[in-house]
Amino acid sequence: METITLSGQLFQYLITGITVGSVYAMVAVGFNIIYNVTEIINFAQGEFVMLGGLIMVFFHVVMGLPLIMAFPATVILVTLVGMLLDRLAIRPIRQPSVLTLIIATIAASILIKGAAMFIWGKDPYDLPAFSGRNPITVFGAVIQPQYLWVIGFLIVIVIVLSIFFDRTIIGKAMSACADNPNAASLVGINVNQMILLSFALSAAIGAVAGITVTPISLMEYDRGAMLAVKGFGAAILGGLGSFPGAILGGLIMGTIESFGAGLISSGYKDAFALIVLLIVLFFRPSGILGSIEISKIKRF
Amino acid sequence: MSRIGKIPIAFFALFIVAFPWVAHEIPSIENYTDIMIFAGIYCLITMGLSLLMGYAGQISIGHAAFYGIGAYSSAILTVQYGLNPWPCIIIGMILSAVVAVLIGAPSLKLRGHYLAMATLAFGIIVYIIFNEEAAWTGGPDGMTGIPGLSLFGFEFDSVEKYYYLVWIFVFAVFIFTVNLIQSDTGRALRAIHVSEPAAGAMGVDISRFKILVFVYSAVLASLAGSLYAHYLNFINPSTFDLFFSIKLLIMIALGGMHSIWGAIIGAGIITFLSYEWLHYFEEYEVIVYGAILLLVTIFLPKGLVGVPGIVKGWFRE
Amino acid sequence: MNFVDDENILEINRVVMAFGGLMALSNLSIRVKRGMIKAIIGPNGAGKTTLFNIITGAFPPTQGSVRFKGLPIEHLKAHKIAQRGISRTFQTVELFGNMTVLENVMLGCHTRIRSSFLASGFQLPQCRRKEAQIKENAMKILKFIGLVDKFSDPADSLPLGEQKMLEIGRALASEPELICLDEPAAGLNETETYVASSLIRAINAKGITVLLVEHDMKVIMNISDEITVLNYGQKIAEGSPEEIQNNRRVIEAYLGSE
Repeated sequence: METITLSGQLFQYLITGITVGSVYAMVAVGFNIIYNVTEIINFAQGEFVMLGGLIMVFFHVVMGLPLIMAFPATVILVTLVGMLLDRLAIRPIRQPSVLTLIIATIAASILIKGAAMFIWGKDPYDLPAFSGRNPITVFGAVIQPQYLWVIGFLIVIVIVLSIFFDRTIIGKAMSACADNPNAASLVGINVNQMILLSFALSAAIGAVAGITVTPISLMEYDRGAMLAVKGFGAAILGGLGSFPGAILGGLIMGTIESFGAGLISSGYKDAFALIVLLIVLFFRPSGILGSIEISKIKRF
Repeated sequence: MSRIGKIPIAFFALFIVAFPWVAHEIPSIENYTDIMIFAGIYCLITMGLSLLMGYAGQISIGHAAFYGIGAYSSAILTVQYGLNPWPCIIIGMILSAVVAVLIGAPSLKLRGHYLAMATLAFGIIVYIIFNEEAAWTGGPDGMTGIPGLSLFGFEFDSVEKYYYLVWIFVFAVFIFTVNLIQSDTGRALRAIHVSEPAAGAMGVDISRFKILVFVYSAVLASLAGSLYAHYLNFINPSTFDLFFSIKLLIMIALGGMHSIWGAIIGAGIITFLSYEWLHYFEEYEVIVYGAILLLVTIFLPKGLVGVPGIVKGWFRE
Repeated sequence: MNFVDDENILEINRVVMAFGGLMALSNLSIRVKRGMIKAIIGPNGAGKTTLFNIITGAFPPTQGSVRFKGLPIEHLKAHKIAQRGISRTFQTVELFGNMTVLENVMLGCHTRIRSSFLASGFQLPQCRRKEAQIKENAMKILKFIGLVDKFSDPADSLPLGEQKMLEIGRALASEPELICLDEPAAGLNETETYVASSLIRAINAKGITVLLVEHDMKVIMNISDEITVLNYGQKIAEGSPEEIQNNRRVIEAYLGSE
């Protein structure tokens, strides 16, 4: 038995914080992708994570598909849900105003949540860890290997997205839409398709987050809202629209939450991230990496 | 656009006064009076919210918090300190007003999504407090033994009596709110909603009005919460969660955000959905709400109150 | 010529406005005498609307001061400046489309009444009296600007020319001493322009000082007492209409900017 030292304990909180923060970062990245192209904040972002976890349970546990098949199948299905969200909830709105769009994405999020409750009920579900549950000990902290999977996938997503947005034509087209949808459509970019793509991408990333985190913290039908709020907090903390900001914000958010829960009060665990969100909104809405001027120009 | 006619009000008053008698006579809807009490309580909240969202153009997805502050203030002060319920209601309203200023003032410069998220976060934080501070609130198990209301010895101890009590409050607030809407204050709020630069240039102190309306809506929610607590004699935190804040949003969106009648209609319909029509279909409840909100947002942006206008439009073409 | 020679109702002193690295206004000093009609002209981007925004309190200048009736106002918020007696219209009409023509003007009276939230809610007698008075004042203004027949129409149902008149009427409702008109003739046809010019003269005849930004040279030359010309945020000329018409720098500024 290893003795638990204070530094070990603190390191434990740090690792947990980074892991949880990676999930928040993935949600934040999802927010940013949609926001950058449409200036919409998708309140249903958290539901993609929830669906990722629960649908994976269906494919992997209930239907017994191997991990290698269930993972992409889940991501594809959740991606389809994301695209449906755009088509059915966002596009049909004839007079988009801030208020209407907010309400539309809230509506979508409770629809998805309701459907999940209908299909899976209210119980939490578990997934087998990808590489087993033998804990690894690092610097006195006991780490589940699944933590490394979560952090690993965040890194993979960051790399893939960077390549996508900087090197591929579609990615650059999406960035163009983000900067100036009118100009983009003038040069032949189909803005509606780009919007659809942004929802698809966000959903996919959310799904990955859900799949990788469920073996650690289980998943139930109503986890989406809290994830969305915290993910949004991470996005704002880092600077809305900025991908490095999303990563930074997510990791900081997760770490604050982890240390807060460990050192101050575990009952108020969720409140820490929310308080950070409020502080950022009230005192520096442009976030760490955001620019104050840009945040004033944005329509919403 | 905001001519609120006296005739509809008179008819509505008649309907409310007669309702318990009618319900009593028809066995299948005997329990409807009880449901109408909740409808009335929710109307108190939606009227304030409709002023906030429909007229001043602000948004709050955290109003369950004020509902809860009212309920818990009344509960804690009457149960743990034995105070007379009526001043406790006022104390709850003052507390909600203070909290509203504390949250509202820094939120003034927030717009759209940021404001929505701030109110969302605020609502959840208050909900967590209700759950965690068990010494005060009884935690997740809630509080029991909340006394009923009485005035000069007259006890509101039956469903019918409480019904009339609640609806007297609703009418008083209705008249007050209509007066506000039709006054210079209402014009100023509508001006703020459309163009803040123009409103400011015309001398409207935008910050003051935004906070005023936010406080007003918070105080009304608090009153509603107190009435709720004294009716059920029991409260627990799950009533004041995010989903309730969203339900309030649905009530406003369904009824029509820009009209006080919309607030009443929306509250009425959703209350009956909640307590009566969907009561046995709990699994479908959330889906139905989501669908309603989505369909209303896409097809009926002005809510049910806007339907006559749409129908008129068909005839014109 | 009907202005009081020795009172400056508005003084803009060495005002600088920088947006990040962009200098919208540099070292601008202008004075407006009470009772005059003063025009600010200049090519697009010269800083005219920025100047208006600073005067009316949309944002403070980076440096410099603005004095109204002798008192500094550069750091006051828009609604406070309106209370002091400055009113404005906007380049793109900012009417309250969700209200009637009458209600728009009634809102203009907002600064002149001090109605409290509670008094409005309880409809106390003083509140009802004030409301009746506002309605009367607003109808008078509608008669003055010629829109009284449309008082119950929604504001956004009016044609552009009448919308601009309504905006001016709304600005008059607060009984301002200085009214800032931002391109009152923009988008108007010849008849509408004529009506607008007459209205501006009539307003001035009541003793209200008029500061206007305009591109329509006929209007400017016809009604202004004095003209200030801006280019790239700086004053390049100031004087009577005749002086400005023959000023070489002004001609160059306009020709050069094409």
